[in-house]
Amino acid sequence: MRWLLRKDLLILRRSRLLVALLVLYPIAIALLIGFAISRSPARPRVAIVDETPPGETVKVGGERVKVSAYAEQLFNQVNSVPVATRAEAIAKVKSGDVLAAVVIPPDLTARLSSATEQGSLEVLYNGNALEQSLVSSTLNSALAQANLAFSEQIQQAAAKAIDALLQGGNVGILGAPEGLLGLREIPGRLQRIIAAEPPGHVRSELQRINEFAGFAAQNLALSKEVLSTISQPITVQSKLLHGRRTPLNTFAVVVAVSVSLMFVCVLLAAGGLALEREEHALARLLRGLVSRETLLAEKGLLAAGCAFLLAFAMLAGIGAFVALDFSRVGQWLLALAFGALAFAALGVAIGALAREVRAASLLAFLLSLPLALLALVPSGSVSGGFYAAISAVSFVFPFKACLQALDAAVNGASPAIGVPLLHLAGLTIVFGVLARVGLRHAE
Amino acid sequence: MSELISVAAVAKRYGDRTALEDVSFAAGAGEIVAVIGPNGAGKTTLLSIIAGTLAPDAGSVSRAAGDVGWAPQQPALYSKLSVLENLELFARLERVADPAAAVARMLAQTGLGDRAEEPVARLSGGNRQRVNVAIALLAEPPVLALDEPSASLDPSQRERLWEFISGLAGAGTTVVFSTHNVSEAQRYAARTLVLSGGRLLFDGTPAALLGDGGEPAGGDLEHALVRFLQAREARTAER
Repeated sequence: MRWLLRKDLLILRRSRLLVALLVLYPIAIALLIGFAISRSPARPRVAIVDETPPGETVKVGGERVKVSAYAEQLFNQVNSVPVATRAEAIAKVKSGDVLAAVVIPPDLTARLSSATEQGSLEVLYNGNALEQSLVSSTLNSALAQANLAFSEQIQQAAAKAIDALLQGGNVGILGAPEGLLGLREIPGRLQRIIAAEPPGHVRSELQRINEFAGFAAQNLALSKEVLSTISQPITVQSKLLHGRRTPLNTFAVVVAVSVSLMFVCVLLAAGGLALEREEHALARLLRGLVSRETLLAEKGLLAAGCAFLLAFAMLAGIGAFVALDFSRVGQWLLALAFGALAFAALGVAIGALAREVRAASLLAFLLSLPLALLALVPSGSVSGGFYAAISAVSFVFPFKACLQALDAAVNGASPAIGVPLLHLAGLTIVFGVLARVGLRHAE
Repeated sequence: MSELISVAAVAKRYGDRTALEDVSFAAGAGEIVAVIGPNGAGKTTLLSIIAGTLAPDAGSVSRAAGDVGWAPQQPALYSKLSVLENLELFARLERVADPAAAVARMLAQTGLGDRAEEPVARLSGGNRQRVNVAIALLAEPPVLALDEPSASLDPSQRERLWEFISGLAGAGTTVVFSTHNVSEAQRYAARTLVLSGGRLLFDGTPAALLGDGGEPAGGDLEHALVRFLQAREARTAER
């Protein structure tokens, strides 16, 4: 095995372009996937036309909320491009300068102030079905957030008006007298008047008015709480059942390293074995010079070793920028070693089937990339049946198990590292046997 | 002449197709045996069985694979390694007692000493074939099996290769080779085996084949082979 290994290392050393591709390509793919996972979606570029007259306000009780506040909320949710007219907005959407345009109509204030009509916005967008879907969902979310923030402002204004009614004083409502009596004070004051009044019709009428004033004050105070409940009826308190919560950026690191480990390992193992066929050397080697098992082990160990070193260097390098727990380095090494061996076994199985390096590389690539992406599909994002099928496919290939092992090793995530390591060991044996069967007929 | 290799009642099938059927022959030390016949006759299958890269369904070969040097039709070499590195690698894998000496001997025999450091990828087809044969000879096997060794070589390269092989036979190595080039068999082989449809139809000297094919002594062996095969087909059809 020593001489075969030496030969393959010599060939690798002389294949600089291949080595560069094997290192750079997976890292590029891994970084892309890592960025896609760890970064929140970019804010869409949206043109906003505010046709409401400047300084226009919506009157809520004694409070006035500026309509421009709504536009400001919307501006915060998107990458806003203020434009003056609807025509200008349409031109920007058509040219692709912006994904969509939101037109705030001039009658928005009147509608909101009427308390009987809803305000409405006009959304203009363009593009293919995918862009339309993206714009529609992104804008709906942005508008919902702007609506929520605006309704909170209105709710705060209403609450302030209720407070003024309850407590009295200088209410600030246009036309209201200074030092107005608060609703809460009325029952006490009225009670004192009633006490001085002789029994009779007037006293009993005053008694009834006093009861109403007490009831009104109590319920008006309650309505303020009801208002805040209506503005945000459900709040979320989350609790993780098992393991530690993995921060998104360290999970992205784990994904990036797993993808690199997979690509280098599978491509190198598959290509290395296929090269023996392509050079017509396989039959010569297998006529007693080396056993099939030795040949498979050599190719697998070479690929696993190279991928292991690359992945560990990547993990340690990323650790300089992302907070990783280096005290768990022993577990990192275990996860990387088991993952590399399983990927190498998959690679030699592919190499045993292919007759030339290009076919082996293509097959390895076509198989690896979709499997990696499938393993990243979160449960609940697809239908139950489809997710079960994805899980079954992910189970019989090493990517998901490697991801779990590395996540457990790096982040202490659940399941514990033992389970995925056992899974990877099993897959190594299964793919090793498949490779041996594939190599039964050398030529 | 002492017998160095014998093939006894060898048969091989690929599914329904018979590649070889009951083929037997023996060859002595220093003998050059040419295996000729039409496409699909079973020449490569026979050479592969002799070399031990293919197991026969029936019959046997007297020599183990380790005793037979094998040069496949396509040079089995690593193109990114130099001539020297290829020879060294296979000398190590063959567990030759003194790999350095074996490599030096092969470089001298192939006349590629001055190109030893050159990557195989840069060699001509003829020189690659010489390295291919040299690898087969590293362990100094008593028998050499060559599958169409001169295919894709130009006449001068072919000439040099046959000089080399004739030298080996002169030193006592038994050479069994397959070829499509019948004149090559006529020039260099002491014996010809004619295979057709997996059956051994003729085993004798090229001169005897000329006679069987109705050609005069020194005539064209290719014509003789064609007539011989036509006559066999006609006889089979009569039956």
